Amino acid sequence: MSIVADATTRVLRSRLAATLATPHGVDRYLELVNPMWAAHEVRARIVDITREVDVLGHPPVATLTLQPTSTWRGHRAGQHVQLGVEVDGARRTTRVFTISSPESKPGDRFTITMRANPDAPDGKGVSRYLVERAQVGTMVHLSQAQGDFVLPDHVPDHIVFITGGSGITPAMSMLRSLQRRTHRGRITFLHYAQSPQHQIFAAELEEVRRSGYGIDVHLLHPELGDPALSPAYLERLVPGYRDVPTWACGPAPLIEAVHGAYDGSDALRVEYFKPPRVSTGKVEGDVSFTRSGTTAANSGATLLEQAEAAGLTPQFGCRMGICFSCTATKKEGTVRNVLTGETSSLPDEDIRICVSSPEGDCAVEL
Amino acid sequence: MSATQTNEESKYTLTPEELERFGEELDAIRQRIVADLGEADADYIRKVVKYQRGFEVAGRAMFYLPPLWPAAVASLSISKILDNMEIGHNVMHGQYDWMGDPGLNSRMFEWDTMAPSENWKYGHNYMHHTYTNIVGKDRDVGYGILRMDEDQEWRPYYLGNPVYAFLLMTFFEWGVALHDLEVDELVAGRRTWAQNREIAARIWKKVRKQVAKDYVVFPVLSGPFFFSTLAGNAVANLVRNLWTFNIIFCGHFPAGVATFSIEETENETRGGWYYRQLLGSANITGSKLMHVMSGNLSHQIEHHLFPDIPARRYPEIAVEVKEICERYGLQYNTGPLHKQLGSVFAKICRLALPDRKKPAPDPAGVTETPLAA
Repeated sequence: MSIVADATTRVLRSRLAATLATPHGVDRYLELVNPMWAAHEVRARIVDITREVDVLGHPPVATLTLQPTSTWRGHRAGQHVQLGVEVDGARRTTRVFTISSPESKPGDRFTITMRANPDAPDGKGVSRYLVERAQVGTMVHLSQAQGDFVLPDHVPDHIVFITGGSGITPAMSMLRSLQRRTHRGRITFLHYAQSPQHQIFAAELEEVRRSGYGIDVHLLHPELGDPALSPAYLERLVPGYRDVPTWACGPAPLIEAVHGAYDGSDALRVEYFKPPRVSTGKVEGDVSFTRSGTTAANSGATLLEQAEAAGLTPQFGCRMGICFSCTATKKEGTVRNVLTGETSSLPDEDIRICVSSPEGDCAVEL
Repeated sequence: MSATQTNEESKYTLTPEELERFGEELDAIRQRIVADLGEADADYIRKVVKYQRGFEVAGRAMFYLPPLWPAAVASLSISKILDNMEIGHNVMHGQYDWMGDPGLNSRMFEWDTMAPSENWKYGHNYMHHTYTNIVGKDRDVGYGILRMDEDQEWRPYYLGNPVYAFLLMTFFEWGVALHDLEVDELVAGRRTWAQNREIAARIWKKVRKQVAKDYVVFPVLSGPFFFSTLAGNAVANLVRNLWTFNIIFCGHFPAGVATFSIEETENETRGGWYYRQLLGSANITGSKLMHVMSGNLSHQIEHHLFPDIPARRYPEIAVEVKEICERYGLQYNTGPLHKQLGSVFAKICRLALPDRKKPAPDPAGVTETPLAA
């Protein structure tokens, strides 16, 4: 960052600037002049979109290169970022994506790689929008990088990655970082995919397999007869694997198998993706109130009534959906607005609990 | 429902079945508009925000050129009015929460006035919009200061009604900020200081920031023009106070607007709630500019029926609401600004005095009948 830019940033983040811009904040003015100017918030412009996998009849995968605002503090390999974009009808929707590029410094460009979620309805899914419709130049809203699924500063002599499907992304960021750091230790890289056509980063992994120093890459396709994950297979590949630092990321069944194989070993670090929940339209499942740690069977009443029945005392006002006093964040699940009949399944969504009743499992921050 | 003393006949002219159908028709309007919200509504509010920020920056900048002082004050006044009315009031109602934009979210938005949003949302969105015009429950009936309804019992204190109204108008932003402390309730012993601690702390925090900005930092930054900037900021705040007071007082206080008693609204249905919102509010007719500058509170009726629907939709909703009112034979109170204002100020003055005695039947038979009659 140049001295001038640095000084400008310091002025924009100063108390004086905050006093002058009260009550809206400096960013509310800067964004109107240039969306790439920010003092606190993080935004980014999409500067490149590359299709990684494009097989007819299967959801495509793309890598997006993002140029963040100078407020981006950089990331550690393996971290993810919340990305918000206006998908349809000016509704900003936010999803979490893993960063696929090697570790970045403040203000540096980075990439995210995602598969278009085939279950998302047209025009509603963020991943579908980013893969299928987003254009170079589109602005997105970001959080700072988050997550503890990262490489340590001092990398052990031998490490193992076990990934499945799009769970390869954080491992890819770590692998790329290690290569950039010219890591001299041994790396065992196991990845499970449906078929070779589905392989993300296929060319790069092939290059690493051929020329990477001390890196064993195993791309496995159990549906085509490759061995599934088992203690015996792991033992053959990495003798004494339970004591080798391992990073595993992928869908729930794979992670279950990994947990089984490592049997509570401290060497294992795990991150997994939850499958999206679909509305059942029925009164069933459980309602969990995440802040209080309470769970109760879904009675079909509004979330406010169910929370009160569970002994909680959430804030409320009109109890008829007009005053917004009871607004709470729904972490996941489908709710139906009892006034309009509209259902919504977005995660991390602000809802009025007095007029929202859950359909199926639902988790609310109460 | 029971008739109150000042109401000879019931305000409810619909049968329970009619009331239910009336409510369903309004629910149908809500459903249709909510399903249709999108790009156009987002573009509109963002455009208004852009204009507001533009007027604000221009106003602050023009204070550096003394001959432009009147233009600077006008520009800053417009900015503050837009900020408080078409943006602040409406955003804090949650009208744009569906956009998922933190800058336009009811839980995060803060406006350019003394009252902290969190206090205001409680008193306004909940108390006022839920219990609209229920005397004894809706604190916006007279704001605990004025006598705006016959059902508020007259006391000699109310002789000052016009004076209090004038003072409230002049210092409106301070009045709105202090409103949530419910000082009258405190004095009456129905409220404790402990209940006010958090509310007062929020007011103090917000007031400090507002005062620092308008009356210290911007004037100091303008150097030799310290006093003209200070005065300009004060005038802009005053202009905003006068305008917002007048618009808001036209919303519920013109002649013909109904108030309700707590008993009348016990066991109220959704249809009954809509009915009360309709009869308890009044509109102002006028140009498009007038609607924008009033934050579309010129469509107070539609706002009270659908407080969480973006205000730019009120004009189109009004057409349907009027048609429904005609069919059900219900009053739709509207008129030009001068007429509604005249009516409000007449009421402020009239209610300063005790009510004229009504010829009520007296069982003791000591009614004072004028001999000359």
